[in-house]
Amino acid sequence: MSDNTVSTKTLLLLSGNEALARGAWEAGVHAAAAYPGTPSTEILESLGTYEEVDAQWSVNEKTAYEVAFGTAVAGKRALFACKHVGLNVAMDPFMISAYTGVNGGLVVVVADDPGLHSSQNEQDTRRLMPFAKVQMLEPSSPQEAYDFAKLAFDLSEKNDIPVVIRMTMRVSHAKENVAVGTRTEVAPKKLVIDPRKYVMVPGNAYPRHIDLEKRLVALKEIAEATPLNRVIPGSKALGILTSGVAAMYARECYPEASFLVLGMSFPFPADKVRDFAKTVEKVVVVEELEPVLAEQARLAGVTVSDKHPSYRIGELRPEWIADVVEGREKTFAPSTARKPQLCAGCPHRATFSALKKLRCTVTGDIGCYTLGAMAPLGSLHTQTCMGSSIPFLEGFKKAGAEKAVAVIGDSTFVHTGIPGLINAAYNGVTGVLLILDNGTTAMTGTQPNPATGVTLKGKTFKKLILEDVCKACGADTVDVITPFENKKLQGLVLQRLKEGKLSVIISRAPCKLIDRKRRPVVKVKKENCIECDICLGVGCPALGKSEDGTITVNESLCPGCGLCTQLCPKQALVIEG
Amino acid sequence: MKTVNVFFCGTGGQGVLKAAEICAVAAMREGFHVKKSEVHGMAQRGGSVESHVRFGAEVFSPLIPAGQADVLVGFDGAEAARLKSILKDGGKDVTPALAQAGSVITSSLFINTFMLGVLSKFTPISETSWLAALHEVFAGKQEAENERVFRAARELAI
Repeated sequence: MSDNTVSTKTLLLLSGNEALARGAWEAGVHAAAAYPGTPSTEILESLGTYEEVDAQWSVNEKTAYEVAFGTAVAGKRALFACKHVGLNVAMDPFMISAYTGVNGGLVVVVADDPGLHSSQNEQDTRRLMPFAKVQMLEPSSPQEAYDFAKLAFDLSEKNDIPVVIRMTMRVSHAKENVAVGTRTEVAPKKLVIDPRKYVMVPGNAYPRHIDLEKRLVALKEIAEATPLNRVIPGSKALGILTSGVAAMYARECYPEASFLVLGMSFPFPADKVRDFAKTVEKVVVVEELEPVLAEQARLAGVTVSDKHPSYRIGELRPEWIADVVEGREKTFAPSTARKPQLCAGCPHRATFSALKKLRCTVTGDIGCYTLGAMAPLGSLHTQTCMGSSIPFLEGFKKAGAEKAVAVIGDSTFVHTGIPGLINAAYNGVTGVLLILDNGTTAMTGTQPNPATGVTLKGKTFKKLILEDVCKACGADTVDVITPFENKKLQGLVLQRLKEGKLSVIISRAPCKLIDRKRRPVVKVKKENCIECDICLGVGCPALGKSEDGTITVNESLCPGCGLCTQLCPKQALVIEG
Repeated sequence: MKTVNVFFCGTGGQGVLKAAEICAVAAMREGFHVKKSEVHGMAQRGGSVESHVRFGAEVFSPLIPAGQADVLVGFDGAEAARLKSILKDGGKDVTPALAQAGSVITSSLFINTFMLGVLSKFTPISETSWLAALHEVFAGKQEAENERVFRAARELAI
């Protein structure tokens, strides 16, 4: 195992995600599947660049897990990757894969997002390990992400269990010079048809549960002995129990202390922790998010102190480690960072502009378009989890909300939106659903999806036709319109709302990150501007105000979408030519 | 040796992350252990962007602790002012050099090369490693112009 020293091996500057992909490739991974999600996305993007790896973007995390799981059961090494909340979607197959076991190695990468850089919550995946009863590795750096990925497949095969590698934002998106090796081809395991192991009816699942408990006992012995759980001796006055990137912060801030760093944190190596505690005067736990290690240590009968509960919220930073060690309360300071916004020329802005004008109540979903909730647009009113917009609309209508519509992106619709539409049709619900089809999965970095027809490997087999899907799900009407014909879109939404049917409007225009075609930019006819600021109400980054109060256009940002020219009541904003 | 900390900041689309990448590659070529940290995803839609680059014999934390940055490289004056507390006492803020960029560059595309040239004067990384990193990360694109801008900015730095 590397100790972060620069060796003479081939060194590459790799992110944690790239390093993990490299380690998996070297370990002979055959197939990999995921749905994109920050901070995990680059794992599959990187695996997709290796010729030997059959890597795919799947429809959603549950499907991705099952593709990887099936590959492993049939004998070849497979990897599944997701963000923390992605595992919620894959929970069903994840739970049962511990019972069945895996045959070929199955590595489950889960990337947590402490600090909610790009997520809806801060759930700590470590909490799920006693629940799911699988093994967990926690790399604390890109080098360890590489090392652990290489080891994980062997561990998985040897113990017939999925191995979770828990990443966090500061491991996934950190870069480091990583010492790498070469790929070793691994002979596939034989596929043994064994219904007692793979048909989880109660009569078979009960003995599998007995077997799982036995495997857990063996895994605990491995955790006690593994060099991944290592003591770094230092002063006897302070012993620090830690894991993940928190270990790096703690080692930086307390270089003189003794450390027990857990690279394999579940099953918990209770004996090792007890032995470590005997060598130091006191043990302090330094960990990010939930007090998982602290609780486990206490269960093992070890007296430890840990952080103030206020430090369960948000990510750690090196300058706070002294507070964590001393048990001081966290001082919350509101972020002063500039907020993200929809790009200039973004088609979502045009759709939300229409919904704002109509004063609709909008149940939303997850994607770039969630930014439609921000001022000054403020025209998206709920966002909880993937695929929630359509069932939320149904709920809103049950409770009597007026002028309510749902919005969902193309990729999210395919991910988990479709069952909501079928549910509405089946239960006789009426309402208007807008699919904001920008032809990509934009928020995570413009990945393709079934509605674009292009795969992760850049091939095209079959393109999902959203219009046909919606009709087949039971939509009474399906319209396709560009949001840049803004008045027409407003009229259509109003008409469909009045009709009282189940209507889908596909608001279709390409994402500005993909469609970079330069068009004539908007010009200001200053003499016409009455300083009404209506155009500023849609929050376009290309629009501003001059000192005399009239509108200005930043020509280097303006892609010439023309939305503002349609909003301006006095033709002060025009596109010529 | 003591870890060297370089902090980059600006807003989405300014080339902040590319500049940090070049700095990290240059430090690696110089033989240092390097760590770099940044955030992708939601943060890049025109929001604040920051990148931490650290190098030395052995670097632990991927984030620069508050008050320990040796150099602050701001691509946006307001962002640099907001985040200035990351600088150590006596640390170097090269952000004001932005004002001189116009005398060297002919297109805003070269602003990151310009800022790297200024930064290079305040790092224990050789000009050879800097230029090699520049060409590696830009994949040889605009090689002559990048080199000219880098050298001119390096001359300008005080």
